[in-house]
Amino acid sequence: MTALLELDHVTLRFGGVTAVDDVSFTVEEGEVFALVGPNGAGKSTVFNLVSRFYDPAAGDIRFMGESILKRPPHDIARLGIARTFQNIELFEQATVLQNLLVGRHRHRGTWLLNEVLFTPFVRNEERRHRAAVEKVIEFLDLQPYREKYIAGLPYGVRKVVEMGRALALEPKLLLLDEPASGLSVEETQDVAFWIEDIKKQMGITVLMVEHDMHLVATVSDRVLALADGKMLALGTPREVQGHPAVVEAYIGAHAKSKVMA
Amino acid sequence: MDVLQLVVSGLANGCVYGLIALGFVLIYKATEAVNFAQGDFMMLGAYVCLGLTNEQFLGLPFWFSVPVAILIMGAFGYLLDATVVRRMFGQPQVAVIILTIAIGFVLRFVAGLIWGHQPVSLESPIAGRDVRFGGVVLGLDEVAVIIVTVLLTVLLYFYFNRTRLGIAMQASSQNQLAAYYMGIPVKRLNSLIWALAGAVAAVAGILFAAKGSIEPSIGLLGIKAFAAAVIGGFGSLPGALLGGIIIGLIEPFSSRYLAAGFSHIVPYLLLFLILVVRPHGILAQVHSKKV
Amino acid sequence: MRTVFKTSYDADIDLFRHSAQAGWYVLLTVIAVALPWLVNTFWLGEATNMLIWAIAGMGLMLLVGQTGQASLGHAAFLAVGCYANVLLQQRLGLPFILSFPLCGLIAGIAGVLVAIPTARLHGIYLAIATLAIGILIDDLIVVAEPLTGGVMGLFAPDISIFGLTINRYGNPWLLYWLVLFVTVLVVLAYRNIQRTPLGRSFAAIRDSEVSAKAMGVNVAKTKAVSFGLSAAITGLAGALMGHFAGIFNNETFNIIISIQLLLMIVIGGLGPIHGAFFGAMVVAVLPQAIAISRDLVTGALGMGSVAIPGMEAAIFGIILMVFILFEPMGIYGRWLKIRTYFELFPFYRRDMFRRQRSYLKTERMR
Repeated sequence: MTALLELDHVTLRFGGVTAVDDVSFTVEEGEVFALVGPNGAGKSTVFNLVSRFYDPAAGDIRFMGESILKRPPHDIARLGIARTFQNIELFEQATVLQNLLVGRHRHRGTWLLNEVLFTPFVRNEERRHRAAVEKVIEFLDLQPYREKYIAGLPYGVRKVVEMGRALALEPKLLLLDEPASGLSVEETQDVAFWIEDIKKQMGITVLMVEHDMHLVATVSDRVLALADGKMLALGTPREVQGHPAVVEAYIGAHAKSKVMA
Repeated sequence: MDVLQLVVSGLANGCVYGLIALGFVLIYKATEAVNFAQGDFMMLGAYVCLGLTNEQFLGLPFWFSVPVAILIMGAFGYLLDATVVRRMFGQPQVAVIILTIAIGFVLRFVAGLIWGHQPVSLESPIAGRDVRFGGVVLGLDEVAVIIVTVLLTVLLYFYFNRTRLGIAMQASSQNQLAAYYMGIPVKRLNSLIWALAGAVAAVAGILFAAKGSIEPSIGLLGIKAFAAAVIGGFGSLPGALLGGIIIGLIEPFSSRYLAAGFSHIVPYLLLFLILVVRPHGILAQVHSKKV
Repeated sequence: MRTVFKTSYDADIDLFRHSAQAGWYVLLTVIAVALPWLVNTFWLGEATNMLIWAIAGMGLMLLVGQTGQASLGHAAFLAVGCYANVLLQQRLGLPFILSFPLCGLIAGIAGVLVAIPTARLHGIYLAIATLAIGILIDDLIVVAEPLTGGVMGLFAPDISIFGLTINRYGNPWLLYWLVLFVTVLVVLAYRNIQRTPLGRSFAAIRDSEVSAKAMGVNVAKTKAVSFGLSAAITGLAGALMGHFAGIFNNETFNIIISIQLLLMIVIGGLGPIHGAFFGAMVVAVLPQAIAISRDLVTGALGMGSVAIPGMEAAIFGIILMVFILFEPMGIYGRWLKIRTYFELFPFYRRDMFRRQRSYLKTERMR
């Protein structure tokens, strides 16, 4: 198993607040790795660090062995890292199809001049992108929504489109930021199935932030618990769930005795 | 002495710009909307006072007309927001900008219809009088402008930072939904702020008209005031005044010492420079947010 | 609405959704080409004017409607294109067929130059920066007098293509067809941009810069490209404007023109190409409509004909206010609703096009 993503003693501060405090972990290729922790633990901040929206004060982040700290945010997609956003950042005034097609931007083989002229080469490329996007639509059962504008879609569907857009990129590493938040039980089950398929059929490595411990226990191979930016416990879902420091962070010290290990 | 004269008249002009800029910042601070018609509010305020005071119109006493004009403009601002701008609630910022540009066009036309397009001057007791400080002669109207402006800025600063109403206005500009949840009547507050901006514009207009002559297109001064607000820091009340003073001072000096035609350009070049280097202005008021 | 049964990906990629739609546009084109035989010279001139404004509108639309970047100073690019075109012809002796595309290129470069420092600005600040440019261009033209003729302005020479001489009064038909040709080219280019990754990346920037970046869009570079293309198209319109007007100076490209351009596409409908055309129709027709109605009004009221300054701007402002308040989607939006009403009759629901209300969240904490 090769290490796909490595965080090496990464620290990030916002003014006086240390959001991420000396966090190190590796995500192995082909696994599903979950980041858990109470709110404010720094989970989404880790994502934003990997997406290069922030610069760490200390430490290194490596993807496939190479440091990504010198790269601008738009390079990350080209490397093969795709992500979703906690608060859904879809393109509201576009259709689902157009949103998914933007996910293909990494694979753009055409440029300004021939696009304006719409040469046959461009047409072929468009067909290629359209076919790739159709695979994602099929995988996520988004057929009824192809031509619908995001602005009119319900929350659950938007979450799915967000994931679809990331998948359209054909990434090596998929960052899912709270994929189940706001979803019903059935929708969460769908998410669990999809993550399984993403891992087994598509061979994509998944790093996810999640609060739904049941989902985490079902799909993840390994879990890292964070609190206040610091690492609490790293291991299998069962190991982490029973870890005393984790229990304390979630429920409180005096309740430790009441929790089943 | 000549330099001092330039400084004072530059300061006085700068204060008028600053007052208009203050109006911009008031509305922006409370509603995050930009009122491109603020300059035309000033023009309207000047004309209302003039229409009340001047012999050729109603000929009422000056010290009566001034508060009445301010009240009228305050009511005008309130009504404008309550009837027109409020419908923009929930629409993106650009829509309000465009709406206020259009309002400006209409105001200019209406003023011309009512009061004509000939330049007129406000008949006020402070016009044409001088003030002497130990050998230096300054125009009373210019000194009055400076004093009133500084007073008003200080007052408004305290209003926003110390009074409940002011803080409520700041809250509703930062997060409307949350403000609603806290029981803040956001829409009514917005109208109040527009009333306040209208009143401030009236003061600016009266001071300006007392200093020189006016005609319907002086509202275009608003663009310069806008530049002033940006330079000083959009969202900062003292910043608005600072920006206005900077531009007010640059103008006479650049037209004296630079080649012809350049003095027009300088305020906007400065604006562009600030936007590129330090977009939030000199007294910046932006804090970084955790995503 | 008509249900389209798609059998290949090309259905999503093609210019027209179905053959009937294509048919309408072909008909429109035929009428447009045949226009000189259908109307008199005066109205042909008005049509030419309208098309020129439509081109300028499309240029601005690409930036504002497609990429979501504000520009309150686009007349600057009209000016660059206009002056560049005439100067290339007069000073360098280039024929129109070369100077025209070149002036577009020069205007495009100017657009990129503007984009570079302003790339980091958002919303209101970008609007202000472009406003500053719109104001500056007026004075810059005056200051650059040896080149631009300053306040006196320049005369636009007749267009000469392949031995044909075209000017507005000599042969308005040829000028009209030339402008129509350019218009069609611009429309095609615009549609091509819209259906390729470039246009999609523009829309991505408009709707969510953050996720556009995450999807691999180089936001700064793409904004510059959008500015450049927008400026180039507007520059071409400026060149045509110069030839149409015959003479121009710094006043022709003042800040009011910039604002008028923006207001025009808002009235027309921000986003779809039709918006530029509808807006251009309003701008071109308005002065005539005012003149005609003024004669009617003053005739009916028995007043002497009075020219009130600022009336045109005020009426334009009122039209705009009405649209912003009651029909933010512009003329095209209203047309779309009417058409949908008839297509779906009697199942049309009033809130089909309702915008989602969005509560204000401060821009100052980003």
